[in-house]
Amino acid sequence: MAKIVKRKDLAAEVVLMELEAPEIAKKRKPGQFIILRVNEQGERIPLTIADSDPDAGTITIIFQVVGKTTMQLRDLHEGDKIADLAGPLGTATHIKNFGTAVAIGGGVGTAVIYPIAKGLKEAGNNLISIIGARTKNLLILTDEMEKISNRLIVATDDGSFGVNGFVTDVLKQIIDEGIKPDIIYAIGPLPMMKAVANATRPLGIKTIVSLNPIMIDGTGMCGGCRVTVNNQTKFACVDGPEFDAHQVDFDNLGQRLKVYNHQEKESCKIFG
Amino acid sequence: MAAEQKEHKAKKEKIARQDMPEQKPDVRKRNFDEVPFGYTPELAQKEAQRCLQCKRPSCVEGCPVNINIPAFIKLIAEGKFTEAARKIKEENALPAVCGRVCPQEAQCEGNCILGAKGKDKPVAIGNLERFAADWEREHKEVTVPQIKDATHKRVAVVGSGPAGLTVAGELRKFGHEVTVFEALHKSGGVLVYGIPEFRLPKSIVQSEVDYLSKMGIKIVNNYIVGNTRTVDELFADGYDAIFVGSGAGAPMFLNIPGENLNGVFSANEYLTRSNLMKAYKFPEYDTPIIKGKRVATIGGGNVAMDSARTALRLGADESYIVYRRSMNELPARIAEVHHAEQEGINFKILTLPTRIIGDENGFVKGIECQKMELGEPDESGRRRPVPVKGSEFILDVDTVVVAIGNTPNPLIPSTTPDIKTTKYGTIIAEEGSGLTTKSKVFAGGDVVTGAATVILAMGAGKKAAKAIDDMLKS
Ligand SMILES: Cc1cc2nc3c(=O)[nH]c(=O)nc-3n(C[C@H](O)[C@H](O)[C@H](O)COP(=O)(O)OP(=O)(O)OC[C@H]3O[C@@H](n4cnc5c(N)ncnc54)[C@H](O)[C@@H]3O)c2cc1C
Ligand SMILES: Cc1cc2nc3c(=O)[nH]c(=O)nc-3n(C[C@H](O)[C@H](O)[C@H](O)COP(=O)(O)OP(=O)(O)OC[C@H]3O[C@@H](n4cnc5c(N)ncnc54)[C@H](O)[C@@H]3O)c2cc1C
Ligand code: FES
Repeated sequence: MAKIVKRKDLAAEVVLMELEAPEIAKKRKPGQFIILRVNEQGERIPLTIADSDPDAGTITIIFQVVGKTTMQLRDLHEGDKIADLAGPLGTATHIKNFGTAVAIGGGVGTAVIYPIAKGLKEAGNNLISIIGARTKNLLILTDEMEKISNRLIVATDDGSFGVNGFVTDVLKQIIDEGIKPDIIYAIGPLPMMKAVANATRPLGIKTIVSLNPIMIDGTGMCGGCRVTVNNQTKFACVDGPEFDAHQVDFDNLGQRLKVYNHQEKESCKIFG
Repeated sequence: MAAEQKEHKAKKEKIARQDMPEQKPDVRKRNFDEVPFGYTPELAQKEAQRCLQCKRPSCVEGCPVNINIPAFIKLIAEGKFTEAARKIKEENALPAVCGRVCPQEAQCEGNCILGAKGKDKPVAIGNLERFAADWEREHKEVTVPQIKDATHKRVAVVGSGPAGLTVAGELRKFGHEVTVFEALHKSGGVLVYGIPEFRLPKSIVQSEVDYLSKMGIKIVNNYIVGNTRTVDELFADGYDAIFVGSGAGAPMFLNIPGENLNGVFSANEYLTRSNLMKAYKFPEYDTPIIKGKRVATIGGGNVAMDSARTALRLGADESYIVYRRSMNELPARIAEVHHAEQEGINFKILTLPTRIIGDENGFVKGIECQKMELGEPDESGRRRPVPVKGSEFILDVDTVVVAIGNTPNPLIPSTTPDIKTTKYGTIIAEEGSGLTTKSKVFAGGDVVTGAATVILAMGAGKKAAKAIDDMLKS
C-alpha cells in the first residue's frame, strides 16, 4: 500500500502525484521508474519517477490519462492508497559532464526527461532544453524546466505558445545556429523520438531515447518488454529503458505497443 | 523380501491402484478449476491399504526430503488423517503443494516395490500426500508449530518461492526473526505466477503463506533486493544472515526470426498474465492476454504443458506442443502429459521451429518448422535430433508460446559482486550448507541448480536453514 500525499492537475489529463515510498525515494536515480497497481484487479503499469524527496520519503509521478489504469489513478484523492508500488526499476541514466547537452521532451515525455535534465545540469552540463506539446494547455513543467536549464525553448504544434512547430524543428534551428551538442536526450511520443534519431544520425550526435514498451513485472522475468536494438533483443525494464536512438527499431516497438489495443478500448468503454 | 511382507502382499494384491476422481477432459479444458477432485476418505484408505509397509522402504530413498512414507500411509489406512499430515510435515512443510506437483514417477513412486514388479502399479503416494494435507487444512487442524525462545538474530530471505518459504519457516522455528522480501505483489514464487490454477489452486499457496505469517514471519512484497535495497545494504540494516532463493525466472528465447512479432510470448509472460494477473478473467481483471484460436507452445517440459493447457482454457480451438525430440524424451511429469493428451493437445514431436511468420500488421500467422529424426545419443544421453532435409512445413497458428527454459535473474549477483556465479548464471553455493562465496550469504533452489523442482528447492532450503542456524548459534 502506498499513500497519495499530494495530487495536482498539471494540464488537461496530465496529473502529478506524490506517493509515500521512503525506500524508493532514498534509492532512486534519474532515468528509473516504478511499477504500480491501483487495486486487486488492477494491471501493473510502469511510470517514471519524475522527482523524489528523500527527507519527506516521497516520490513524484506525472502521468497522462490514456486508458483504464491511468483513469482510475486520476480519480484518486490525496490520502487514498494504491495497492502496490515497486521500484526503483531500470538502469539509471549514465550522467556525467558531457559539455553541451540537449534535453528534448514531447508531451508527457517532459515528465520523463525532467529528472534526467536535472541530473545533467547538476553534473555541470551546459543544458539546452526543448519541450513541446500539441497545444498550450498540454504543456507541462515549463517553470521547472526553465529553472534547471541554461536555455529553454518551448514549441507547440499549433503555435499557441512559443515556437510554432515540432521539437525537431527547434533542434534543427539551434544546430543551424552553430550549437554543437555533445549529447541529446529525447523522450516523447514514438514518432518524435524516431524523428530526432533520424535528424541526428547523419550529424553523428550521440542520442539517447527512453522506450516505453508494455511491461508486467519490470524485473526481467517475462520478456514482454522486449525491444529490438542493434538487431538484438533487449528487455527494456532491465537493459533500459534508455537506449542509443540510432540503434533502436522504432517500427517494431510501435507494432508491439498495439498488441492489446482492442482489449484496452474494451476496458475503457466498460470503465466509462 | 521378508516373510511378513509376502504375507501382506498375498492379502492385498487384490486392490487395484485407486484413481483420483477428476473433471472430464471435455469439461475441464474450458475452465480453470482444478482437474482432480481429490480422494474421498474411503478411496484414500483403500489406496493406503495397498502399501506393503516395507522394512527398508525404497520409496523413502527416492524422496528428496526423505518423508517417512510408510508411516504416513499407515496412519491414513487407520483413518488418522491429521496425524498423517503431521507425519509428512516433519520432513516437508508444503505437502498440499508437493502432492500435486512432484514428479512422483521419478521419485517415491518410481521406487515403489509394487510398481517394480511390472504387474501392478505403485502406491499412489502423491495422491495420498495431497489427501492428508488437504484434510488437515480443510478441517482446520493446522496448528502453528512450537517456536523456540527468541534468539534476537535477524535473517533476510530473498524470494518467496518454495526455497524461501522453507528457509523462513525452519529458521522461525529455531527462534530467529525472519523477513521475506518478495519482488512481486503476491508471494509463492512459481507456485503463484507460473503453475496454473487448474493444477495448483492459488488458495492453497495463500494458506501456506498465511501460515508463515501466523508463525511471526514478516513478508514484504514489492521489494526487489538489488534495486530497492542491495544485499550489502540489508547487512547494514542489521541482518545477521541472508538467504537468496530468487529462483530461475529469466526466460530464454529461441533467437529465430520473427520472435518479436505480436502474439509471441515467453511462457513466463503468458503464464504470469494468466495466473498472477488473472487475465483469464479479463475484463473483470484489467490485464489482457491474447486469446489465440490456434496456439503453438514450443518445448516439452511442465512449463510447456501448462502453457498449452492454458491456451485451451483461454478458448483455443487447436493447441499444439512443438517439441524437437520424441514423446519418450518429454521432460514433463507423466501425469501432465497424460492430462494434456486427454484434453486433446496436439503433439508435434520431432519438430523444430525455424522461423515465425507475421502478417501485414505484425501479428503471428504461422511458424515454419522442420521435421527431425533421432540420431546418435548426445551428452545428455538422449538421442540427438537431426533435421530431415526438405521436410520444412508451415504450422498455421496465431499465437506462439516459447517454453524452452529459464535462467537465474542476474540482478542479485550483479549488485553484489562478491556473490560469484557459474557460467550458466547460477549462484555458486556449497553442497549441503548453501553457503555462497560471500560470508553470511546462503543460496538455494533454482538460483543454484537452474530450473529444477519444488521439492529440490525445499530440500535446499531446509539444509540451508540448518547451516544458518548453526552459524548464528556459534
Ligand atoms: C519505463 C516506462 C516509463 C513510463 N513513464 C511514464 C510516465 O512517466 N508518464 C506517463 O504518462 N506514462 C509513462 N509510461 C507509459 C505508461 O506506462 C502507460 O501510459 C500506461 O501503462 C497506460 O495504462 P492505461 O491502463 O491507462 O492505458 P491502456 O488503455 O492500458 O493503454 C494505453 C497505451 O499505453 C500503453 N500501455 C498499456 N499497458 C501498459 C503497460 N502495462 N506497460 C507499459 N505501457 C502500457 C500501450 O501503448 C497502450 O496502447 C511509461 C512507460 C514505460 C515503459
Ligand atoms: C510453469 C512451471 C511449471 C512447473 N511445474 C512444476 C511441477 O509440476 N513440479 C515441480 O516440482 N516443479 C515444477 N516447476 C519448477 C518449480 O516451480 C521450481 O523449481 C521451484 O519453484 C523453484 O523454487 P525457488 O524457491 O528456487 O524459486 P521460485 O519459485 O522461482 O521463487 C523465486 C521467487 O523469488 C522472487 N525474486 C526473484 N528475484 C528477487 C529479488 N531480487 N528480490 C526479491 N524477490 C526476488 C521471485 O519473484 C519469486 O517469487 C515448474 C516451473 C514452472 C515455471
Ligand atoms: S517487464 Fe517483464 S521482463 Fe521486462
